[in-house]
This record gives sequence, C-alpha cells and structure tokens, in this order.
Amino acid sequence: MSNNEFNNFKTVGNTKTSNEVVMSVENCNVFYGDNQALNNINIDVGRSEVLALIGPSGCGKSTFLRCLNRLNDTIDSCKVTGKIHLEEEDIYSGEIDVVMLRARVGMVFQKPNPFPKSIYENVAYGPKIHGITTSKQELDELVEVSLEKAGLLDEVKDRIHTPGTSLSGGQQQRLCIARAIAIKPDVILMDEPCSALDPIATEKIEDLINELKENYAIVMVTHSMSQAARVSQRAAYFHLGHLVEVGDTKKIFNNPEHELTKNYISGRTG
Amino acid sequence: MSNKSITEIVNKNLKTRYKKEARFKKYGQLSIFLAVTFLFIFFTSIISKGYSAFYQAEIFLKVDLNQEYIDPDNTNDLEEIRYSDFDGVINESLYSLFPQIIKRSDKRQLRDLMSSGASITVQQLVLDDLSLIGQTINIWLPLDDEVDMLIKGNIDVDLPEQARRISDMQINFIEILQKKGLIKNKFNKNLFLSGDSRESEQAGILGAFVGSALMLTITFLIAFPLGVSAAIYLEEFAPKNKFIDFIEVNINNLAAVPSIIYGLLGLAVFINYAGMPRSAPLVGGLVLALMTFPVIIIAARASLQSVPPSIRDAALGVGASKMQSIFDHILPLALPGILTGSIIGMARALGESAPLIMIGMVAFVVDIPTSPLDSSAALPVQVYLWADSPERGFVEKTSAAIMVLLVFLLLMNSLAIWLRNKYEIKW
Amino acid sequence: MFSYLFVILMVFAIFIYFYAKKYSITIRNQSGYLHSLPQYYGFYASLWFLIPSLIIISLYLIFAESFITSTLINTLPNDIKTLSSAELNLVLNDIKNLAVGNIANSSSFTEITEAANFYNKQNQLIDKVVFYSSLIIGLLTFTYAFKTISSSYRARNFIESAIHVLLFGSALIAIFVTAGILLSVLFEALRFFEVISFSDFLFGLSWSPQMAIREGQIGSSGLFGAVPLFAGTILISLIALLLAVPIGLLTAIYLSEYADIKVRAIIKPILEILSGIPTVVYGFFAVVTVAPFIRNIGSMLGLDIASESALGVGLVMGIMIIPLISSLSDDVISSVPQSMREGSYGLGATKSETIKKVILPAALPGIIGGILLAASRAIGETMIVVMAAGLSAKLSFNPIEAVTTVTVQIVTLLTGDQEFDSPKTLAAFALGLTLFVFTLFLNFIALKIVRKYREQYE
Repeated sequence: MSNNEFNNFKTVGNTKTSNEVVMSVENCNVFYGDNQALNNINIDVGRSEVLALIGPSGCGKSTFLRCLNRLNDTIDSCKVTGKIHLEEEDIYSGEIDVVMLRARVGMVFQKPNPFPKSIYENVAYGPKIHGITTSKQELDELVEVSLEKAGLLDEVKDRIHTPGTSLSGGQQQRLCIARAIAIKPDVILMDEPCSALDPIATEKIEDLINELKENYAIVMVTHSMSQAARVSQRAAYFHLGHLVEVGDTKKIFNNPEHELTKNYISGRTG
Repeated sequence: MSNKSITEIVNKNLKTRYKKEARFKKYGQLSIFLAVTFLFIFFTSIISKGYSAFYQAEIFLKVDLNQEYIDPDNTNDLEEIRYSDFDGVINESLYSLFPQIIKRSDKRQLRDLMSSGASITVQQLVLDDLSLIGQTINIWLPLDDEVDMLIKGNIDVDLPEQARRISDMQINFIEILQKKGLIKNKFNKNLFLSGDSRESEQAGILGAFVGSALMLTITFLIAFPLGVSAAIYLEEFAPKNKFIDFIEVNINNLAAVPSIIYGLLGLAVFINYAGMPRSAPLVGGLVLALMTFPVIIIAARASLQSVPPSIRDAALGVGASKMQSIFDHILPLALPGILTGSIIGMARALGESAPLIMIGMVAFVVDIPTSPLDSSAALPVQVYLWADSPERGFVEKTSAAIMVLLVFLLLMNSLAIWLRNKYEIKW
Repeated sequence: MFSYLFVILMVFAIFIYFYAKKYSITIRNQSGYLHSLPQYYGFYASLWFLIPSLIIISLYLIFAESFITSTLINTLPNDIKTLSSAELNLVLNDIKNLAVGNIANSSSFTEITEAANFYNKQNQLIDKVVFYSSLIIGLLTFTYAFKTISSSYRARNFIESAIHVLLFGSALIAIFVTAGILLSVLFEALRFFEVISFSDFLFGLSWSPQMAIREGQIGSSGLFGAVPLFAGTILISLIALLLAVPIGLLTAIYLSEYADIKVRAIIKPILEILSGIPTVVYGFFAVVTVAPFIRNIGSMLGLDIASESALGVGLVMGIMIIPLISSLSDDVISSVPQSMREGSYGLGATKSETIKKVILPAALPGIIGGILLAASRAIGETMIVVMAAGLSAKLSFNPIEAVTTVTVQIVTLLTGDQEFDSPKTLAAFALGLTLFVFTLFLNFIALKIVRKYREQYE
C-alpha cells in the first residue's frame, strides 16, 4: 500500500454525529519529529454514544485518542496542528486549560494502571486534586457512587482500604473506570481497555461501557472488531495515519464504502 | 452536580494549583543550582589556592664556586666534595649583593631568605661537573617558602613585625632585589620531581605519585582477574540456591562497607598477622584490591548480563563447550563494559585514603619508593599530610596536589567513558 | 629464595607444557584421534606439576614462621622462656633483627647471638627442604599425570573443571573477605572487652582513651564510654542528610520529570564529578573554605561557632552524598512505570501533583533504601571528619560545637606510635566492630528494600 493513494485523500462516510456534538476535530495533523503520524483528521464525537476507533497496528488510532486529552503533550517531539473543540473551546489554542481539559475528558488505559494506593484513594484521587468535594462525607459518597457506577462496589465494599493493586485484572480496570468517572467527565477515552483482560472480565467491561454511554461520550480504541460491533454505535477506520472511513457501526461492518475498509473488515489486512 | 459546576470548581482552584506547580518546579531548579554552585565554589576554592604552587620565587645569583669552600684539599673525591660548604658559597654571593650589611644578625636575616634546597641544587651541579670548581656560575636558586609566600601576596605586610615570620628588614631586602630584577617566579619543577619534605618549597608529589601507581597496579592485578572470575561464575555457572544467595548478599554488602573497615582488616591481617611491612604499597594495594573486588564483580555482572542469550545459544549450537562459549564469545563482548566499570572502581581506589592511613601510610617518606615493599605515601594521603602541616606554603601545595589528583581521576573517568562510547554495543 | 624458586617452577611448567603438547600430537598422529586439542594436554600436565608445588610453598608461607619461632623459644634459656609474652616478643624481635644483620639492643648477650645463629640455621634448613620438596613432589605428580595422557583422555574436561573450581574459588573470596573483616575486628574487639566491659563501652558517657605512660599514674585506666562518639557521628550524619536528602531528591525529580535531554546531559556529569571527588579533598575543602565561612557568618550573627563545628563538617558531608542520593532516587523514580504518570495526567493532575501524590509514594521504598545507603555512607565516612571534625569527645547535640565521631577516634587511636596490645589500640577495633555491624545492618536493610522495590515493577 503506497502513500501515493493518500494524496489529497478525503475521508469517506459521515464524520458528523446525529447526537449532540461534544467534541469536534478539524484538520488535525500530528507529527513526531519529522514523521507525520496523523493526516488531516476530521470527525465529531457525540454525547450518549460509543465511537470505536479501529484499524491495524500503528495506524494512528491511539495517537488520535491521546490528542483528545492532550496526553501527547508529555512527549517532547510531538506536535499537533489543526483544531479540536471541546464544546465551544479549542483545546489546543489555550482557550481551555490542559488540567481542565483532562478533568472533562477522562481516560482509561490499555493496561489497568491503578496507583499503588488503596481502592478508596484511587477513586478519591481525582476529586481530591480538583477539590470537587468539600467534606469527607461528600467524598465518601462520591467514591461509593463511582464504584457503584463502575459495577465494582459489591465486590470491594468490605475492603475499600486495601491496595488497588491487589485486585484482579478486570477489577483493576473497572477501578480505573471508577477513578475516571469520579470527576464526572463529559468524555471518556478508552485505549483498548480489554486487551489485557480475559473474556469474562471483558464481558463485564463491555456491559459497563453500554451503561456508561447513556451519560457520557465514549471514544474507544479497540483491536477486536467483534467488540467494536458489540459496543459501538459509530466506528472510524484508520489506516497509515489517515481516517479512511467513518459511519454507523452497522454500516461500516455490513456495507463499507472504501476498499481499505472492506479489506480490513473482511480480514485481508490487519 | 452538573458539568457546569465541575468546570467552575476546577477553575476556582486552577490558579493556586499552577502556583504550586511553579513553586515545586522552582525548588527543583534551586536544588540543581545549589549542586552546581557547590561544585563551582569547590573548584574555585581549590584552584585559586593551588595555582600559585606551580611556580616558585627564585633568585638570580652569581655564585663563585671558590675552592676555599669546595674541596679545599683538592681531593677530587666525590664524597669529600659532597660534604663541602655549599651554603657558604651561596651566602658569599648573597652578601656581595648587599656590601653595606656587616652586622652578623643582619647577615643571618639575609641568609634566611634562601631555601635550604638551594645548596642541594648547587651541590648537584658541581657533582655532575667537577670542572665548575673555581669558576663563577650564574644560576637561579629557590627562595625560602616564607619569601615565596610574601611575593605571592599571602603574607600581610601590615601586621606588626612580631606577628609574621618574615622581618621588616627581610622585606626590605626582597624589595631591593625585586627592583634589581633578581627575583622571578619560575615554574616549580620540584613539585613534580621530588618526594615529600618538611620544607614546603622543596616538597613534591613524585613519591606519592609513584606510591599510588604501584598500589593501583597491585590492586588491578589482584582485583580485576578475581572480580571477573567471580562475576563469570555467578552469572554463568552458579546454581540457584541459598549458598549462592549468601555470596551475593555478601558482595553487595562488601561494596557498601566503609573503607576504614578495610583498613582495619589490612592492619589486623596483613600487618599484624602476616607481618608485612607498614606503609608499603604492597599492603595498600592488597587492601584497595579487597575494596575494589566487589565493585568489579558488580560491574562485570551487569556487563555480562547485557550480552544477549542468543550469542550463548549460537556458540553452544555449533558444538562449543560452555566454557568455550564464555571465553571465546561472551567475555570478549562484555569486556569493554567490564573495563569501564573496573576503571571507575580503580579511580575510586585512587582517591581512597582512610584505609591507607590505617596501614601506616601516613609516615613521612622523603625517598621515592622503588619497590612495593618500600615505605611510601600515596597521592590522597599526601594531600592529607600536607593539609595538616601548619606552614602557609603547604596550603597551596595541598591544593596543587589535589589538582593533580583530580586530573588523574578525570583522566581515568574519561578513559572509562571513552571506552564505553567506543565499544558499547546496543543489543 | 622465593623469586628463584618461582622462576625455576615457571621455567619447568612452561617446558612441561610444550613437552606434553608435543607428546599429545605424536599420539594423535599415531592413533589418528585425540579427544581434546593438544594445548589442553599441555595445560593439564603443567597444572599437575604446578599445583602441588604451589601448595607446598603456601604451606611454608603460612606455617614456617610460627614453627621456627616455637622451636626457637624451646632452645632459649629458661629465664627468657618464662618472660611475659610482650617481653618475650621483644627478645624474639631482637633475635630476628640480629639474624638478618641489624644491630639489636641486646646483641651483647651471648644467648641472643646463639639464638640468632640457630634461627638462621633453621631458616636455611627449612628453605632447602621446601625448595627441593616442592620441585620433587611437583615432578612426581606430573609424571603420574603424564602417564594418563592417551588419545581418549579428556584433557579439556579436566581443564574446564579446573577453571570451574577457580571461578568458584573467586566467588568464595567474597565470603572470605566478609569473614576476614568480621573475625579480625571481632578478635581484637573481644580482647578489648576483656579489659573494658561491654556495657561500659556501649553506654558509657565519657571517652578519654589516653592511657598513662607509667602504671599507677592518675587516670591511667582511661575512659572508654563510646556514647559521645555515637552522638557526634549521628549529629554530623543527620546534618549531612538534612542537606543532602532534599537537594538530592529534588534534583533527581527535576532531572527525571522536568528537565529536557540537554539539561540532563549537562547536570548528570556534574553530579558524577561531585561523586568522584575523593573524600580527602572534601575534607580539605571543609577545613580551608567552609569552616572559616561558617565561622564568619556566625560571628556576624553574634554566634561563637567552633572552627571544627559539626555544622561545617555535616554540610560538606552533605555535599558529598548529594550525588549518591540523587542518582539512587533517579533510578528509582525512572523505574516508576510511565502508565502511573499517564493515569494521573489523564485525570487532570498537574505535574507536581502527579509527582507528589503518585510517583513519590510509589517510589518511596526505593527512596528510603537510597537514603539508608547514604546514611551508612555518612556514618562510615572518615576523611572529612578526620580533617575537619573535633578530637575531644563532647556529648553534645549543638551543631555549632565541635564533636568527634567513631571514625575519627579509630584513626586517632591507630595512628602514631603505639603498642598493639594496649586497650587504646584495641578500642579502635571495638569501635570498628560497632561501625561494621551498624553499617552492615543499614546496608542489608537498604539493599533488601531496594531489591524488593525493583521486583515490584519488573
């Protein structure tokens, strides 16, 4: 697949969402030093839906995800151009502070990464640093509600002060989700949240995502097409740094327009 | 809680949080600034005190090697000439510059301007060339360390006369001589070419340097092969069991045992039990070898570990024995890394003085050692000894010795870094 | 004699190597097969010659002196034999001095001269015995080994096991060194505790080890309560840590979390230079620069700061351990997984919040291990305190006074002329033992913590 076919490439399908727009990306380019990792990405993220980012390894989907909460800032050589709006504010223009951005755009990582603290402290971390709660009682409540929402409360109720690292992999990942929703973000980014988990834990997380999408906009990178089909309403196919095709998940899987998407869906690339 | 309110809450605290952030970063910068400042003060202090030791005030004299003083009986016997009154001829030459001085006590003050090393210089000259006897020679001769200090501006002339070790009259003499252009600062060869001395203007670091070199050679010859062998054993052959764990714990702890303890070991075992001579580079080398041994093991193991297992498998796969695969393939690949670590360990040994003091290397030794069994000093111990000497002249000598020591350490470390950069293979 | 014997042995060994190698080649030519390469047979034969000879020589080196001395004592007249061990040693020294041709104090006595002659004769005799026996036994074992050489003999395996033993022996040395340290220090320390009770030493509040020159002089017993020394050591180490821990830790944090590659490339070598400076140089720096500076500041503030104040020494020692703390902390902080940082940033934490609330707590065990190692370094540090700290043992925790430390006293007690058996010198070993045990304990704990920490993130 040469780069030439991407000259003046335009994403096919519908980049707009039918729901309320939470984030919109316009002409986003990402460079690592001299290497261009993403080319001219345009896409909207809507409330109450799961947007799945799919594509072969190294296609730029994780890079794109990390643009949405500016986590790429931590890499020195990384440069982002274009516009990404969170509601009305451009997140790269300085209109919105990066701390504020990340408070409003939460993230769940590929490998569960609970802090080496207690379960309680893990969930309370975000509210504490942002000063969301004013009393201990309020904080306790918030932690409980968040654990409840993450479907973890029943399992850990009686050991909320044991280290988060003592949980199983799936529980750790749900703890990380609880940690993210404790600060009530608008958007939750998920970077292959199930790739380190067994099928049963995966199922639980998928169920959880289904519930969460009612209140949040969720953007999820996944390697598993079946997962994308199960949980997402919209899907975006990335290839070699280009956003090839966007659309309703059903349409992408059943009736893709672009040749590359077809190949990928049918298992010829990957 | 609506999303609007979250934004407000975050916004409310944002300013304070960024202030804290900035403050924390400032602390980090301040710490680095302090560390760098320490180093800067350190070097300025040492260099500003020490650079002047590299030159030395000398006086230009026309010395009449009168036979009345030197070998008056015309024996031509070197032993006879050696004991001639060389001070006498130098003093005569000095008096001739100030014909108006007749009082004995004044003459004495004039004489005291000379270093006692001056007569040795002239003596050596005459012993090398007997035909000089009876002739007049023009020569630069060293002045006393007090004079040297005065000329270098280290003596406060405004102090009352009793408070200094140099008299008003002597200062007057020096001023006259300086006006005549007879006093000059010359490069201080003595510092590099002679052993220790009670007179700071004659003291040099050659003895200590040779002692350190002898010791490091012994240290290297013992610690390197033993350390590398032990590392090979532990890395390639050792089974996993309690006993090997015990050895490893021992090695790690030995690397952190205070150096003075090694000195006690050397004193008790090598000197009191085995009856080896005190102050000898042999014992010093042995003690430093024991100290460096665990350091070399640790470095060598790290280096052996970094050789990928594929190399081992490849060698074993073509039918080499385990021993052959190690000595023909793994060790050569690990050697640059092992050498780098060892050189750094040796540099540490070079700077070490506490254990050497324990084994008696603080003795005052004038002669340059010729074998590892002779009494000797070592560079860092020389620094310690000179730092303890009350004479002013030794302060600059100490700093100069430190500069020489640091140069050697720097050279060794640069060698290690060069080796690492040149031969390091990234797997 | 030994240089001779050694050269002869080496010449023999080399000759044997080539001889056996050549012999194995002829075997190969005759039978068309040889298990190992010829040089292995050469080494094999040489080793069989060298090792027994060297064993005999080492036995000689270890035992001959005491053997000759004991036979020598037996020949001495009874009135000398019954002398106290210290006086007997003096006489023996005289005899040995005389034997090697030095003039001894008591050479006028005929008994001594006779004994010296006897000593010389014995020495010569034993030298001869060793000389010939090492050669003969070496040759015998070599002949035996030579006979075993055949086309199927596995010489390489023999050599390899020999090397294996050699490598194992090298590793064992670590244990010998530890045991050597412990035993040599312990042995002398126990002799000290025969004179001074253990509790007097460990809990006594005053230290003045000056033994009287003549017996019966007032204060002849000396006082050996080491508490003031421990207090001084701890005071100075604490000051050092108070300076070094914050600076070292913050430096490490800045370097690993904030600084870009360029700053790191400049600062890291600077810290390495600081850590490479010999401690004797720091000592000099403390004496000529820092102590006067602190004194001046003190007098400006109206404080009378001792020129050998614990403060000055502690500060310089702190400078010395900054690089240690910073490099250990740097290692530990860098080994905190990147995912921890991202998790925290992802929640909207600022850098300093992430560091303070996530990275440092995660790295804490490792950092504590590093600080313990630094503390052990400070406690065992010798040159800085010998040069810049006080000599008189004062029980004080006032940082502007001069205090003394364990290491200072060890050096003071053991330098200069002294008899080896007086409590004064033995006290140095008792102090050494305390120091060794204490630092060993610190190191052991520290290494254990650090190791456990590393395993956690591997």
